[in-house]
Amino acid sequence: MSDVMAPLATVTALPAQGMITIRGNLKDAGFIAAVKSASGLDVPAQRQIVTQKELALAWMSPDELLLLCGYEDAPALTNAMTEAFGDQFAMAVVVSDARAVFDLEGPKVRDVLGKLAPVDMAPGSFGHGEIRRTRLAQVAAAFWLTCDDSARLVCFRSVAQYAEDLLKTSAKPGTEVGYF
Amino acid sequence: MLILECPYCGVKADETELHGGGEAHLKRYGPGSSDADFEGYLFHRKNPKGVHFERWRHVNGCGKWFHAARCTATLEVFGTYPAQVTAPPKALINKIKKKRPDWEGWT
Amino acid sequence: MSTRLATGGRLIDRNSRVEFTFNGKRFTGHSGDTLASALLANDQMLMGRSFKYHRPRSVIASGPEEANALVALGHDAKMEPNARATTTELFEGLSAKSQNHWPSLDYDIGALNTAIARFLPAGFYYKTFIHPRPFWKHVFEPFIRQSAGLGPAPKQKDPDRYEHFYAFADLVIIGGGVAGLHAARVAGEAGLRVIVMEQTSAWGGRSLVDGGTIEGVSVEAWVNATVEALESMENVTLRLRCMGAGVYDHGYMLGYERLTDHAPVDDMPRHRLWRVRAGQVLSATGAVERPLSFAGNDVPGVMLASALRDYVVNFGVSAGDRTVVVTNNDDAYRTAIALHEAGLSVPAVIDARSETDGELPNKVRDLGIRVETGKAIAKVKGGKRVKSVGLCLQAGEGAVLEEIPCEAVAMSGGWSPIVHFWSHTGGKLTWDADAAMFRPDHARAPTGEEGQQNQGIAGAANGEMTLGAALSDAHAQAREAVKRAKAKLPGTASPKGEAPAEAPLAPVWIMPQGANAKLRAKMWLDFQNDVKVSDVQLAAREGYESVEHTKRYTTLGMATDQGKLSNINGLAILSDAIGADIPKVGTTTFRPPYTPISMGSIAGEARGEIFQPLRRTPMHEWHEDNKAYWEPVGQWRRPYCYPRSGETHTEAVNREVINTRENLGLLDASTLGKLLVKGPDAGKFLDLMYTNMMSNLKVGRCRYGLMCSENGFLSDDGVVARIDEDTWLCHTTSGGADRIHAHMEEWLQTEWWDMKVHVANLTEQYAQIAVVGPHARDVLEDLDGMDVSKEALGFMDWADGELAGIPVRVFRISFSGELSYEIATPAARGLELWEKLHEAGKAYGVMAYGTEALHIMRAEKGFIMIGDETDGTVIPQDLGLNWAISKKKEDFIGKRAQERTFMTNPDRWKLVGLETVVPEEVLTDGAYATADGANGNGQGNVQGRVTSTYFSPTLNRGIAMGLVHHGPERMGDVLDFPTTDGRVIKAKIVDPVFYDKDGEKQNV
Repeated sequence: MSDVMAPLATVTALPAQGMITIRGNLKDAGFIAAVKSASGLDVPAQRQIVTQKELALAWMSPDELLLLCGYEDAPALTNAMTEAFGDQFAMAVVVSDARAVFDLEGPKVRDVLGKLAPVDMAPGSFGHGEIRRTRLAQVAAAFWLTCDDSARLVCFRSVAQYAEDLLKTSAKPGTEVGYF
Repeated sequence: MLILECPYCGVKADETELHGGGEAHLKRYGPGSSDADFEGYLFHRKNPKGVHFERWRHVNGCGKWFHAARCTATLEVFGTYPAQVTAPPKALINKIKKKRPDWEGWT
Repeated sequence: MSTRLATGGRLIDRNSRVEFTFNGKRFTGHSGDTLASALLANDQMLMGRSFKYHRPRSVIASGPEEANALVALGHDAKMEPNARATTTELFEGLSAKSQNHWPSLDYDIGALNTAIARFLPAGFYYKTFIHPRPFWKHVFEPFIRQSAGLGPAPKQKDPDRYEHFYAFADLVIIGGGVAGLHAARVAGEAGLRVIVMEQTSAWGGRSLVDGGTIEGVSVEAWVNATVEALESMENVTLRLRCMGAGVYDHGYMLGYERLTDHAPVDDMPRHRLWRVRAGQVLSATGAVERPLSFAGNDVPGVMLASALRDYVVNFGVSAGDRTVVVTNNDDAYRTAIALHEAGLSVPAVIDARSETDGELPNKVRDLGIRVETGKAIAKVKGGKRVKSVGLCLQAGEGAVLEEIPCEAVAMSGGWSPIVHFWSHTGGKLTWDADAAMFRPDHARAPTGEEGQQNQGIAGAANGEMTLGAALSDAHAQAREAVKRAKAKLPGTASPKGEAPAEAPLAPVWIMPQGANAKLRAKMWLDFQNDVKVSDVQLAAREGYESVEHTKRYTTLGMATDQGKLSNINGLAILSDAIGADIPKVGTTTFRPPYTPISMGSIAGEARGEIFQPLRRTPMHEWHEDNKAYWEPVGQWRRPYCYPRSGETHTEAVNREVINTRENLGLLDASTLGKLLVKGPDAGKFLDLMYTNMMSNLKVGRCRYGLMCSENGFLSDDGVVARIDEDTWLCHTTSGGADRIHAHMEEWLQTEWWDMKVHVANLTEQYAQIAVVGPHARDVLEDLDGMDVSKEALGFMDWADGELAGIPVRVFRISFSGELSYEIATPAARGLELWEKLHEAGKAYGVMAYGTEALHIMRAEKGFIMIGDETDGTVIPQDLGLNWAISKKKEDFIGKRAQERTFMTNPDRWKLVGLETVVPEEVLTDGAYATADGANGNGQGNVQGRVTSTYFSPTLNRGIAMGLVHHGPERMGDVLDFPTTDGRVIKAKIVDPVFYDKDGEKQNV
């Protein structure tokens, strides 16, 4: 075992993050163009997340994207998106306040998530650029790797405390699994 | 503890990410339908031992409903497909027929 | 005497000294000992008492199949009952207590049961205590419970931690013996992701004790080299102290890893439950030795032959100076050899077979040990330990030819493959009559999600009992697994294992075969539950022909070892008794877990604060600071009331109601569901979702709506606001947000997928505050900002704007009958707005109110509550809500069902108000109104029930709502509502609107 006093990863609750739920047909050219013009980002492929400066765009389902941005920028970006959609059957709505965001940093970040989510966290199976919506113990969550030893996790605001307690329990010192 | 591949996410989802929704391809009978039709729609289910078409929702995931063809006896999954259809895909039916020659068909 | 030998013991460190206690007595052992080996080393042979007769019990086995040596480990909160001494690794300070005895292990009163054993046969409890009926509950059961039960459950909270781990692998190999290790090597070299789980603390399994050579070197050298090779493979994970616990559907399997049981430390997880999705599972689980059924086979000192040699070879422990070996096979001769090599005496090997000429028996003969063939044990003499055995003919009835003094008996009835995991997911077995064992039927293997075979089984577990055969089988089965995984077969060579050849065993189920009834009543099958050969035979005579019935009738195999030692022997006795072949009688179903696992490991991290998610609103901390008394609403915590010092909850609730009605009240309504429904077809869609019309709602207006299930039953209600031409905001109940969101998505995705509608769940995006009371408008006006006047914001209007610089959306709606605004603001601003409202509200006597005040105020106004007035069998028409059911619409969910004759029956109970005749009395929730006569079951008839009931502080009397037969036509009738404590409360049927019937207060 490595340093027995250090947690497997540090868990940090991040300050308010801008978030916009975007609904529409992800395969529709008009939709793709509108998203690009309002955010500058390409619609990501299945289960992917693309980032560009302060913005990130995540695939949530075949008709849903999540745009991450500065908290203050969310209303304006939403308006721009709505405008870009015009008459299309599409929707953009601010959900920044509905979510909580955590950063996990440490070499054993895969262990921390692997104890709580029924997801194959092995490096060959879950890599950069992939976002996974799943179950974190008893609540819904989504997470992705930001680099080799850090991950970002989003859950609902009301269960932020639960999620933080879970992650910190999972990351307790000396509990690395040694599987990955 | 089943695993079903979500046809939207492409994820081989653990059963704990899913929520079962009973028999698939029920035809809805609304106002104006006969008592017998409405009763059948609301209450009658096939509950077969063998090939069964089911509805599942990837609730701890993309949130989408999809269909699965599964053997209730062996738990073999023949395939999953999106929910926006009124009948199983032909290719899937053929695949099941090949695997289960005695199967009486899906209707 | 059992004792530690001067030499030997490959697992123990003789230089170490480990102190522990047993029943308070201090003992010492070595590191590497199990509790069982350390107790034997200290001559503590007596380890417990059996369940039914409280017979003295010592250890019978050396592994997880142990049925006797169960102890309570640790004290107080850390106490764990029913721990097997054979799988408990010794550590400094270990404290164990024996179980199931009173007053002490040595002198036990319950042991009297053994004297009256012939009055306690199989099914005794069923037969004796079934009549008279009331006696069971009040006399027999409490008495039996006093003396029954193995080990007490700890009463305190478990202080230890546990965790889960989700792993994914191509192949999980259960068992780290030579077969498992070699299979891992083949699969590892093929590039598969492999996990090997070994339940003990060391690799190599039985072969290290049983001897032989592999590839020309000792088993030990081969094991060490193989483990080293496996450790160097990136794709292979080796876990010791990790037991395969169960295999489930689609390759899901559980591994039970005991992290700190062998060396307790604080603040580390004690157990980790591996929740693995395995492409395949390979059982390399070995085999378990069977006892022989002879009279007195339960006397302490009688052990499995393999266990006796384990204690000698692994731990340097002898169970006694003189050991008689009794067997029906060659393998047990290894015990004679091992004991002899350790310098101990083997007075005789008693072999039930008429002749033996194998390599092992001949070696034993060469050592000068007496071998008696065609013989059996008639009876073991001794109480708390073996004193001697009586030798007799196996073919006879048990006449004693000779008494052989000894301290221990090593018995072997052959070996049964451990096929549990193969069976867990439906793999079938076949009976091998020659080898007298069930072996896996590879033609009927367990299958996975694509119908493919997803389990293999190798080595002794596959019925290959000799070293050479087990290894070549492991090689072959591992290659099959690699092929099934569609990986390239590696060039790994099949290791050559060499051990003495073994002659076939002779199935022996009773010893001697003609034993009389008296002897058969002393032949134990299930040592823990005290089930004997005579019990199974009795069950058969009484007609229990199915093994599943016999099991339950006799409790055979229902002890904590789940029949690992007893099942096959019991099955053979039953099949003989009913004259059917063993395969026809069948075997009982193996179910997970393989051995019991801790409840803590199943719970994992879910305990204490994170037992379950607790949902908090943005104002949660304020409520906590203001001493809220919490009410769980789904996973939310909502303030029920805010008691002030010296106040009861009732007083607090009444104060909150009066203050809201007279001054100003604030409610945290953030938990209300908020679903945004948007798109060109949103109006059309909502017309189908709600019973009333939503498409014609004007932008800027609100409407109360009802939702039903397709069955017609009322499922949710709430206020819908039209935001713009193609957008509606639907409020749901607090508990209903996720459910109604899912309900809408279900219809959109699976029935009306052509409709252009998007739904977004914005429940948590907004904090929502109800500002209620005569001063509601005053306080909002004081906050500065938007116009909330009657003219600008009429009843059932909504508007966007700002209050005190905070962006808000204000809905002029009322659930209390007072002037009321519900104000939504982004969740991050919720607390700020809430505090500003309190600050500004001081001038008006503002108070926060909780859910109970909310409920009382809505009841005073006759507003229904989902979950009170509804229970999944109530339609809106029952509640007088016909006004909210559109007659213009062709269709809505539930419409067709509400046309069914049962739903339109005028005899359905209907909503009314109920006023207690004595105003101070309050009806009981759920109480029924009695009616004349009785139903077909002789139960009194009823004519209605209470759906919600309160003491109304506003009206200063008991009020209630209820569903009553023909209720609305019976205004003024008085009904009787009996209470559970024998009183009858009388209540008068009245209009459900108790307060401000004309709605003047909310319309100002």
